[in-house]
Amino acid sequence: MKRDIILAGVGGQGILSIAAAIGMAALDSGLCLKQAEVHGMSQRGGDVSSNLRIADHEIASDLIPFGQADLIISVEPMESLRYLPYLSADGWVISNIKPFVNISNYPEMDKLMAEISSLNKHIALDADEIAKNLGSARSANMVILGASAPFLEIPVDKLRDAIRKIFGRKGEDIVNLNLGAFDAGLDFASSRMG
Amino acid sequence: MLLGDEAIAQAAIDAGVSGVYAYPGTPSTEITEFVMNSKEAREGYVHASWAANEKTAMEAALGMSYAGKRAMVCMKHVGMNVAADAFVNSAITGANGGLIVVAADDPSMHSSQNEQDSRFYGKFAMIPILEPSNQQEAYDMVIYGFELSEKLATPVMLRITTRLAHSRSGVLRMPTRDQNGLKLPSNLKQFILLPAIARKQYKTLVGKQTDFIALSETSGFNQYTEGSDHSMGIITTGIALNYLMENLPDRKVPFPVLKIGQYPLPKSLVERIYTECSSLLLLEEGYPVVEEMLRGYLNHGKPVHGRLDGTIPFDGELNPNIVAVALGLADTRGRDIPAAVVGRPPSLCKGCPHIYSYNALNQALETWSKGRVFSDIGCYTLGALEPFNAINSCVDMGASITMAKGAADAGLNPAVAVIGDSTFIHSGITGLIDCVNDNTSVTVIILDNATTAMTGGQDSAATGKIENICRGVGVDPEHIIVLNPSPKYHDENMSAIKKELDYQGVSVVIPRRECIQTATRNLKIARKEAKQQ
Repeated sequence: MKRDIILAGVGGQGILSIAAAIGMAALDSGLCLKQAEVHGMSQRGGDVSSNLRIADHEIASDLIPFGQADLIISVEPMESLRYLPYLSADGWVISNIKPFVNISNYPEMDKLMAEISSLNKHIALDADEIAKNLGSARSANMVILGASAPFLEIPVDKLRDAIRKIFGRKGEDIVNLNLGAFDAGLDFASSRMG
Repeated sequence: MLLGDEAIAQAAIDAGVSGVYAYPGTPSTEITEFVMNSKEAREGYVHASWAANEKTAMEAALGMSYAGKRAMVCMKHVGMNVAADAFVNSAITGANGGLIVVAADDPSMHSSQNEQDSRFYGKFAMIPILEPSNQQEAYDMVIYGFELSEKLATPVMLRITTRLAHSRSGVLRMPTRDQNGLKLPSNLKQFILLPAIARKQYKTLVGKQTDFIALSETSGFNQYTEGSDHSMGIITTGIALNYLMENLPDRKVPFPVLKIGQYPLPKSLVERIYTECSSLLLLEEGYPVVEEMLRGYLNHGKPVHGRLDGTIPFDGELNPNIVAVALGLADTRGRDIPAAVVGRPPSLCKGCPHIYSYNALNQALETWSKGRVFSDIGCYTLGALEPFNAINSCVDMGASITMAKGAADAGLNPAVAVIGDSTFIHSGITGLIDCVNDNTSVTVIILDNATTAMTGGQDSAATGKIENICRGVGVDPEHIIVLNPSPKYHDENMSAIKKELDYQGVSVVIPRRECIQTATRNLKIARKEAKQQ
């Protein structure tokens, strides 16, 4: 078993907390893991990505080869498309459709949505809206994680445990908000997959 | 699960390090941060601090080694240029307590202005270099590196690259060692590099080369794996091994493979692969260092493939695909990036004080022709991009002031330097002294956001000192002015800068407001503390 995952977003959107949750759950499930991150200059509002590799055997490269990612998980719609050369022929794209517009030439949303819709395996959701409706606008990340959960081949309970651990020191309320966001994302993905 | 950087830090703590010195620089910063935040390091009174620059850090580490304790100094590759004087000479003095110099290279220039390969520095200084292929090896090499350093009384370089520094993997720890006690060198003249002593010390260093090679021959970090197909031999250095293995699903390479992790090169192993194979493929993360040695300038020997003959692109970091193509395997590139996707370069944060400094400066300079602003290394280098287009140079730490000086000497008037507070301390002060001594007509703008922002908000050694430093080096106090870079003071700031641009002499303008990132972080901490009380 292996899951090669590209996490995508814009510096400051917190893709590393998604990576941390998946990583913790993977280790808890006895899997091997490598995770390449982007630090430094690009963190200032530039495009950022993280390569997360999970397998039941030893992993060689920190970087995912082209055409081998099983999943692209993106917290921003344009960023979900930037890494398509890495996606395998039967890989899934899970993306937020709420744009993060910090450049003047941001493309028209219709064009981006058409590209995302043209991918035969995709889950597109407005994670910001879903999180806001749950009263936790800052948990959009966990909505995206929830929507990715069916594709991770990691028991869902392990992911929930990881969320509890990560947010534990912020108190029970924050933990529950994030678990709620996770479940909302999971429900959304499950309904789309029939 | 540790970042490569964190594995190095943990290993240093476990190896009984007494001091870790550094100046922040991507991708090396997290090493020192980890030590600073480590409970074990605090309990062991491990000294960990940010130095003014890489040279002072290197010298402090050498001083700790002189005193018999283990020391580590960490920097990014271009920091090696700053520390080079101390570094190269530390090879001549030799080490007393174990001394490791960590150089973190940044091929592909993710956060740097070049992709120089620090192995050249290690070779130049004639000391052993360790180059890990993964996080566990990074840990193991620090433990081994301190032993090696003390055994052979030499500084040791640990060379890593971005992908190792910033990638996480599981790391197993070893039993911890105690720190060394204070123990001065048995020869108290060992560190005096007077010509007469230096000549002797240099002979000692030259003599050690045989020992260094002998250790490389038997080192577990250098491994020869036999293969059945001798039409090609593959030599990998550092993390290149992983990209090779990635392309072979069963991890079995048909060719002989020599994995290099310790330099100088293990002569007999290199000899063996060169003799037994009819051609060689070099996979190196960085410059073609080993490739050049084996190929020779005239390339009259066996076919050697790599970066020099275009089998692998000359520039940029390696990845699994580049190695696949070099091996003659299929390129597995998936769908193209849709045309709708545009670049998203990094930009100044919303509310960043630099925005308002540049707005004021741009307007103050409106009446003059363009091309007068020399800048430096930091977040404010982003002033090069839209919508600011505010700067015309970014070369090395401190070059803003000295380049403005040279241009002013050439007749460019006004000439402006834009430098951050931390960069000013790092390498700006000496340039300012040059300006004062020559009474050069320059306007030096020191953007004081009270932190080393670009690397994540480490403390700045400049905080609270800038005006005194400027006065101290002889800048006329009437021409040291402080501004508040906020939109409501725009007109005021603009005319203040304009006035200094007109002044024929050295003036220093200090726009001062805390970095929006650290300010937000500090506010959060303050709120949390207030809540707890």
